[in-house]
Parts: sequence; structure tokens; C-alpha cells
Amino acid sequence: MGVNNKELVFNISREEFVDLKTYRERGGYTALQKALRQPPESSIQELKSAGLRGRGGAAFPTAVKIEMVRNNGETGRYVICNADEGEPGTFKDRFIMTHLPFQVIEGITLAAYLAGAENGYIYVRHEYPEVQRILRESIKEAEEAGLLGEDILGSGIRLKLEIFSGAGSYLCGEETALLSSIEGRKGRPRVKPPYPTQSGLWNKPTLINNVETLANIPKIIEKGSGWYRSIGTADSTGTKLISLSGDVVNRGLIEVPFGITFADIIEEYGLGAKPGRTVKAVNIGGASGVLVPGFMLETPLEYTACAKAGITIGSGAIFVLDDTRPILPNVHNRVKFFLHESCGKCTPCREGLRQANVILSKLLSGMATESDVVLLERYTRAIQEASFCGLGQAAGNSLKSSLEYFHEEYLAACGQECRDKEETA
Amino acid sequence: MGNIEITLNGRTVSVLENISILEAAKRNGIYLPTLCHHPDQRVKANCRVCVVEVEGVRNLVASCSTAVREGMKITTNSPRVRETVRTILELIFADHPQECLTCIRNEKCELRQIASRFGINSIQGAKTANNYPVDTSTPSIVRNPNKCIKCGRCAEVCHHTQEVGVLYSHNRSTEIMISPEYGKNLSEVGCVLCGQCAAVCPVGAIHEKDDTDQVWAALADPGKHVVVQTAPSVRVSIAEEFNMPPGSIQTGKLVAALRSLGFERVFDTDFSADLTIMEEGHELLHRIQNGGVLPLITSCSPGWINYAEKYYPELLPNISTCKSPQQMFGAVAKTFYAKRSGIAPEDIYVVSVMPCTAKKYEAIQPEMRSSGYQDVDAVLTTRELARILRHEGIDFSMLEESEYDSPLGTSTGAAAIFGTTGGVMEAALRSVYEIVTGETLSKLDFSEVRGLEGVRSASVDLKGKEVKVAIAHGLANAKKIAEKIKAGEEDYTFIEVMCCPGGCIGGGGQPYGTTQEVRKKRMEALYQVDSDMPLRKSHENPAVIELYQEFFGEPMGELSHRYLHIERAEEAEAVI
Amino acid sequence: MLAMPIMMGMDIFMGTAEIRFIIKQLGGRNAPLLQVLLAVQDAAPQRYLSEEAVNEIARLLEISRCRVYSTASFYSEISLEPRGIHLIRVCTNAPCENAGKQEIQEAIERELGITVGQTTTDGLFTLESVNCLGACFMSPAIKVDDTLYGNLTTESVVSVLDSFRKEQCHGCK
Repeated sequence: MGVNNKELVFNISREEFVDLKTYRERGGYTALQKALRQPPESSIQELKSAGLRGRGGAAFPTAVKIEMVRNNGETGRYVICNADEGEPGTFKDRFIMTHLPFQVIEGITLAAYLAGAENGYIYVRHEYPEVQRILRESIKEAEEAGLLGEDILGSGIRLKLEIFSGAGSYLCGEETALLSSIEGRKGRPRVKPPYPTQSGLWNKPTLINNVETLANIPKIIEKGSGWYRSIGTADSTGTKLISLSGDVVNRGLIEVPFGITFADIIEEYGLGAKPGRTVKAVNIGGASGVLVPGFMLETPLEYTACAKAGITIGSGAIFVLDDTRPILPNVHNRVKFFLHESCGKCTPCREGLRQANVILSKLLSGMATESDVVLLERYTRAIQEASFCGLGQAAGNSLKSSLEYFHEEYLAACGQECRDKEETA
Repeated sequence: MGNIEITLNGRTVSVLENISILEAAKRNGIYLPTLCHHPDQRVKANCRVCVVEVEGVRNLVASCSTAVREGMKITTNSPRVRETVRTILELIFADHPQECLTCIRNEKCELRQIASRFGINSIQGAKTANNYPVDTSTPSIVRNPNKCIKCGRCAEVCHHTQEVGVLYSHNRSTEIMISPEYGKNLSEVGCVLCGQCAAVCPVGAIHEKDDTDQVWAALADPGKHVVVQTAPSVRVSIAEEFNMPPGSIQTGKLVAALRSLGFERVFDTDFSADLTIMEEGHELLHRIQNGGVLPLITSCSPGWINYAEKYYPELLPNISTCKSPQQMFGAVAKTFYAKRSGIAPEDIYVVSVMPCTAKKYEAIQPEMRSSGYQDVDAVLTTRELARILRHEGIDFSMLEESEYDSPLGTSTGAAAIFGTTGGVMEAALRSVYEIVTGETLSKLDFSEVRGLEGVRSASVDLKGKEVKVAIAHGLANAKKIAEKIKAGEEDYTFIEVMCCPGGCIGGGGQPYGTTQEVRKKRMEALYQVDSDMPLRKSHENPAVIELYQEFFGEPMGELSHRYLHIERAEEAEAVI
Repeated sequence: MLAMPIMMGMDIFMGTAEIRFIIKQLGGRNAPLLQVLLAVQDAAPQRYLSEEAVNEIARLLEISRCRVYSTASFYSEISLEPRGIHLIRVCTNAPCENAGKQEIQEAIERELGITVGQTTTDGLFTLESVNCLGACFMSPAIKVDDTLYGNLTTESVVSVLDSFRKEQCHGCK
């Protein structure tokens, strides 16, 4: 249970697997029954009033996305649950799918019904074989219980839901790359527009949402938008799952209401830094997120406030570095990650990261000069300004934020010898 | 489409709605650099050198993939845009072998042109260019992956325009490689050597195999009698290499240029195109009258022949047994011409100037030695000829026009249009009609077979007998027709297939910058050449008539079979 | 010698029939390519996609070999090189790196006598690195085949390897 034992969206219990029977006993599938009885517009309105926004990173209003697909004249629409949880430091979707598979499936079923889609996929990363197994079994169980497949709950509504396995590509978390992947191609992003809601999988209108987003839907329909809005803040409603890792006493998955500060998350749930250490920096939002110093942690977890502070909530990963950690190796780790995962399509991401990697290696071996740091800043700008997709643009986030907040560590890494040389030159 | 107002670098302009920012800028006199962009292709937005600033948008946007919107405020020249574009260019250069001086592409390289325009005077990044082996496995195309900038144009032309699909991008990140699978050589996969990849490559990563040295050597050899033939389409494209607008007809200057290079005789493939019509026309009649395999499909385009051999061997019996005009010329040059001029065939060196890379392969095939020697010794593309002329310091525009030598330089308008899609069909119809009906055509233009539509069909009335004909250009379109024939869906009698989009005017060896717009201009120029000719029907070509009288006897006769035809059907069995 | 194909020709022959079967199961000519590639790799004796398999998939799905290879070569969970019976994947991401990933990796490398990207000479293990296993709550983590191992030390990782070696010995008697 979350803050003050108030009921939240997920109500995490680490050991428990919620089977179909238990899920239904706790109110599972009342949302679907309710939604099937009332006009779809009412349910969409409920989601709109609840203020649910995408939890994958982009924070797009979910109800609006559903409407866009619903209002598209084209038939043969698809719903896709993006379970390609590749954002380093993130394990929330893994948790939801292994512990609460039916909440995910009910959420997808609701979204499909509201969007008018009869076919759906859960795109699960290949690194999660046990998740794929649980979901396959759960889908079968839901079908046998008449909660999925032909004629859901006797309503005549149908949804064929399948598992689609990723094959090891971070980029496939980008929605258009994910579509290309299902279509049998490389996971490379496509030119937008058209957006997936207009022309998605096999050129059909497609609703793509993150696992956490979809799993929020049943609770909102079941308990109403008023209940949902009572959690979180006016700006950011509901809860957020946080994957907490790094140098804290207590690592793991937690569900917090929006509005809580990052400092409180780390102190309250993570029980702070390890004894005798202090929090030096925090990486928020996964590898694609920013690297910020301790003093910024008083910012509340809230979309507007974070945007103002330059913090990307992203997937909700919080990775803590204490005062024993140098910044540069951590940034280098990020850069190497993105370099490995870059699809290679566009120049700034592919070549910019390649050069950034070279400069960071130079810095870490004491071979760099201050002009290399200046060059790194220029490459970072190009990566952020001109990359093709959001993931490429975000690849520069840790570089940019660390260059801003931890500039002295970059300068300190410039070899003394090189600095002397530069001064005499 | 209506007009909308946008602000471009502070200036309010009215532009068509739905066009890209790139297009809007271009139409308002603002140049934006591009590398992956190609007017005939889908928008890829890979290279990012065309980025601009749009007010209210957080990051820069690619102008090629962003449509204009009412009230959009676009800046193309801010320090922010300039720095980003320069950085991207530097990033491309850092991963590019900096061998511009010795690169075959040299000043024709789009990357080099952009760099020069932007004044890139230093490349700060680490040099990361690879050292992969260069693919020289085919006689037509050289692929140097080290120079590849991953724009994806070649892969698109190979997969979508031609649907051959041997070039695609593999791996990811910096390992990305545009190549056949497993990094194989082009000779190991189903490449048909059309050279469309080379024609769209913005840099020197894929280019025609350079055969200019061979030609220099022959010209310098006093023991060789070097003659040259020029393909129909070259006369309407070569001028582009010398900064004249597309569609310029420069037959006279082309001949003069070749003469000044030292060729003993400047002949014309148009002559043998007329000869082809005589043979192919009679073959068609023969097949119709004797219940032969129909539809008859043309055989002029070696890219198409390669494609059929690799992908549709079951259609080989349908393909005309006629050699292409290039090869007919070679055979005639080393037999009839040798005899007539009293020069030993082994001393005659035949050079062709072709719009085509596949012609290089065709010329060295074992069945192309009917004279007892290799009938055509060297094949130059239009681009290679232009390189030779530049090397020689020949000022193309200043040349005084000259005329082809006879007899192998005499031709008709029917032959000229061989260079465009639909042209062989039209030329054949002009002759076949008159031969079958015994009547003179009142109207020579068969406009129903003209145009740039990918697949066209028409019904021709041969005085009571309806003949259904079809035309396809570009292999994706050829594939459509081939599938129809296989499925027995259409009862065509005669089909013209050209490998390249637009036919030879869009050949893989033509000057860089070929687009649909340019093809159209070259095509119009060829029809102009045709209508300006005194003779416009192949069977009226006096040199061809004389050739039959003096040498071959009659079309489809014993000698023609020996020199002008090959046995395709038997080969087909061997393939299957 | 373990896990080596019995005979080259035999291997290919059986592969072709199996590939046809897998594709049939996944929907025939319209089977989703990526799922076909993964399924064929799973069924392959050396857990990789051979060139023969790529060609056969292209033929059966009626797409160019080049496109099949393009997709296969893009995804890091698809291998174009033969691999061992057990696949060890060391998570390289920052939470694992900060928690001692390098020491764990070196312990494995020492124990097996191979480096990342290699297969032991007995064909039992292949060592690979992976970008985040989503197990940062138990870093440093590795995955062997389908099982996650977390909170590892240089000692405990060796016993993980041992458990697989023992299992293999039971298997081969």
C-alpha cells in the first residue's frame, strides 16, 4: 500500500502474483463490464477527466490518443501494448506484467474496445522470456474465461491479442520503430506524420501505449476519475511507478503519487544514501534522462515542474550516485549504450555518438584537452537538435546535463600535460 | 491545393500548402543542402543536413520531411542552424575517406559540393572511416563501402524502383552497411547490373567501372582502327555534363568531340537500331504467322535480359533472339565493315558510348563473339565519355558540329527513339505495319505507346488484325508484366521492356542528376530528333537496305542468324 | 565434444524441414519475419541463424535474402554466429556497472577462459554482454539462458556457472 495506506493504482506487493481469480475478487474486470454497458464516449470522457497521460515517456494524454484512433474512418485498427521496456534502470513494466498480468490485459481490452480495435499485440522485449510466458498463459486464461477473444463477456465485442517478441533493440521502444519491427523490418523509426494513430501497423490506425498507461485504465473506469484525481496533483494525476536503483539503502519498485519530491522518494522509500555517504547526483528517467545534482531533488515529481527544471520523468527510473562516484564513467556508460543501440539511420545520432564516445574515452584516459570538451558540447547540441527520432534526441540528455552541472569534472579530466600544451600553444 | 502564408527568414511568402519546407525554400530562392533527398524517392530524412529552425518547435526540424503550415515561421540561416549543419557535415566527413582529389566522383560529388558551399575548412572529429574491401567483382559497377554516407538512396532504387533488392542496409549503429547480404559481392547475388544505384549515389560509393584507360590505350595504338558507336540516348544527355540544360540535343557536337579524340570513324548505334527493327519486326511476323512463342518481348536492354535470366527464366523463350543494337553493330563492324573497308577484323577496335552499365557486361559475354572476335571491345558510359572529354580539355560547347560517318552512321528517326521507353515499340510498329499491310502509314506517331507511365498497353490495328502491345520500364514494372504473362492473364502479342525508368534516357550510366523531370526532357528531345529526321522508318534506312543487299541477304536469313541473333531458348533450358 | 552438429549435411537437411514447420506454425507465407527468425534460432542446434536458414526463410516467405539478412543483422538478440549450449549475458548498464559488473565479468572470463563474444571450446558456454536486463534492483545481474541471477559476487557467479556444468554432466552421463 502506498502513502497513508491509501489505495493506489497498482498496490504493489513484491511477492504476490495476482491470478485471475484474485484479480476478479479485488474488483478486476468490473471496469470492462461497466465500459461495455455504457457508451464508449462516456468511458473516454472518464479517462479525459482523470487526466491520464502516457507513462512511457512522452506523457501524451491517453484519452486523446484513443479518440484519434476511434475517430479515424479506417477499419482494421490495432492496439499495441508497448512492453519493450528497454530504458536502462527501468523495471516497472516487468513487475506489472509478472505480478498483475490481468490488469494489463484488461487495460488493453478496454483501450481496444474504446479505440475500436479488434486486433492487438503486446510487444515484449526478448530479454523478458518469463514475462512472455506469464502473459501467454494469462491471455489463454482470459480467453477461456470469455474476457478476451470472440464475444467478450457476451457483448459481441472481440479482441485477438497476441504476444510479439522483440529481439534486442532499444529503438523498438520508439513507437514507429516498434511498428517496423512487427512488420518484419529493422527497428528504425519512420517519418512522422503520419502518426500511428493515422497510419500505423500495416498502415492501419494504431493505438500504442505503454504497459503502465494501459494498466491504469481499468482502475480509472472502475473507481472513477474523481478517485483518480484525488491522487497526485492537479497538474499530474494518479501515481507513477518508480524503478529505484543505485546507491540507496533500499532499491526496488515503488508506486508514488505525483507531487512527491525526488528527495522524498529517495529518503522515504530508498532510505537515503548508504551510511556515511551523501547523494551526489541522480539520473532521472533512465539512460535517456538527465543527470542532475543533489540540490535539484527538491523538485516535485510533476510534469510541469519537471519540465521547468529540465528534468525528464521519462520511464520513472531513478538511479542514484553517491559521493564516491565520478560522473564521467557514468556518462560514458550512457554514451556507449546509445552508440550500441543507435539504429544508424541518421547522422547526428550515429556519428555524433561515435565521436562523443571517442572524446569520453580520451577524457577517461587523461588524453583529452579542453578543446575536446568544447567539441563534445558541439556534438551534444547536434545530437539533440538534429537527430531523427525522440530517442536520438534524448541520447544527448545525460551529456548535456552533465556538461552543465558537472563541468568541473570534465575539465579536471583533461590531462595536465595536455592543458599545459594548450596554454603554451 | 491552395496557398498558405509562411514566414521564411523574416519574409512573408505565399506557398502551396502541403509542400515540404525544403520545397518552399527552393521555390523562394533559398538553397538548403540535401544528401539523402532525391526528388524521385520517398522522404528518408536520414542525413539531417537540411535542418532548419521553426518557431515554437523545440529542436531543429528536417526541412525535407516537414510540411509547411499556415503561419509557420522558418529560419534557415540562424547561427544555430549554421552550427548544426556544419557539425553534421563534419561528422559525415570524419567518417569519410578524405580522398576527394583522387576520387572518381570528384567535383561531381554532392557531399563535396555542399562542403565547398559551406566552407568546411577543418574536420575536428576523430577519423573513423573504415577500410572494407572494394567490390570490383562485376564488369559494370564498383562498390566502395568506405565512401558510403548511408543515405539509403541506392537501397531504395534497388528495392523499390527496380525491385531487385540486392542492396539494403544491414547491422545498426556505426556498423551499418549498405550492401548485399553478408557483405557479399554484387557478382554473388542477384544483381542485374542496371547501375541505378550508381546513378543515385550522391558520393563515390557506387560508380560505374571505369574503362577509359582501355579506350585511351586503343586510341594510342597505331595498329588499331578504332571506331565508335553512340547510343540513341547519349545525344540528348551528354550536354548536361557540360552545363547545358537537360534535353539539349547535341548530336553534332557529340560526333565532333569523338572525332577530336581520334576515333577513325564515328558511327551510330542508331544504324544498328534500324537493323534491329528489321530483324525483330520480321521475327515478330514469323512468330505470329508460324504459331511461335508469344508474346514476343524485346531484347535491347541488357539489364532486362539479366533480370529475366535470373528471375524469370521461364520467359526466355518469349524474348526476341535478336542481339541488342550495340551487339549488332559490333558484329556488323567486324564482318561487313571490315570486309568493305579492307581492314582485318582483329585490327578493328569497337568502342561504344552507352547510357548503360549493363552494356559493359553484355559486351563480354561468350555469345557476343560472332565475328570470331569480341564484337564490341570497350563500353563507355555517358559519364565516362564526359570524363575523357574533360581530361582531353575539349570544350564541348565550342565544338563545331560534325556528322556521322557512313555507312554505319546512317539512321532514321525510328532508331533515335530507341532511347526512350516506348520507342522500340513505336519503331517496330511503323515498320511492321507497312510490311504487313503493304500500305504507307499516314500518321507516324503512335502517341498511345508514348509517355512515362510505368506500364502502358495499346491495341494496334494492323489492317483488320488487332495486335495488343504493352510497354514496361523500370524493373518493378517489368515484374508486373512478367507476372501477368506467367499467370496467362493478358494476350499481348508484343512487349517492350526496358530495365531503367524512362528507358535508356534514364540509364544507370547517364549524367548525374537524372530525375523524372530530366527524363521527360530527354525523352522530348528524342522525339524531336525523330521528327526532324528526313527518314523515320527503319526499313527505309538506305544503309540498312544496302547491308541486306550486299551482305545479309534478308532479315531472319541464315547470315542474320549467325551474326545478329543468339539462341536464347536453349540457354533458358540450361538455366532451368 | 558437446553440442557440435553431428554432420554438416544432416544439420542442414533437418533445418530445412524444421524451418518449413516453424513457418507453417507461425502463419505460413505471411508469418511475421522477426518471430520466424527467433523461432528458427531457438530451434537451431547452435542457437544461431545460419546462412542456409536465412536463405530458406527468404524463399518460404517470398522476400529477398537481403531483407531477411537486414532484419536478422539489426537485432542484438539474433546471432549470426554459432553459440554454445548456455548463453551467459552480462548486463552492462550503469546500475550494474556501478555495482561491480566489471569484476563479475572478469570472474566469468577467468573461469571460462574466454572473453565477451566468445564460446568455450567445449561448446558449453557463450559469453555475451547485454544492454540492461531490467534487473537493476538486484545489480550486478547476469542472465544464463532464461534465468536471471542478481546481487552477484565474484564467488557466487562461479557457483552459478558450476551449476550449469553439473547439469550438463548429468545430461550426458
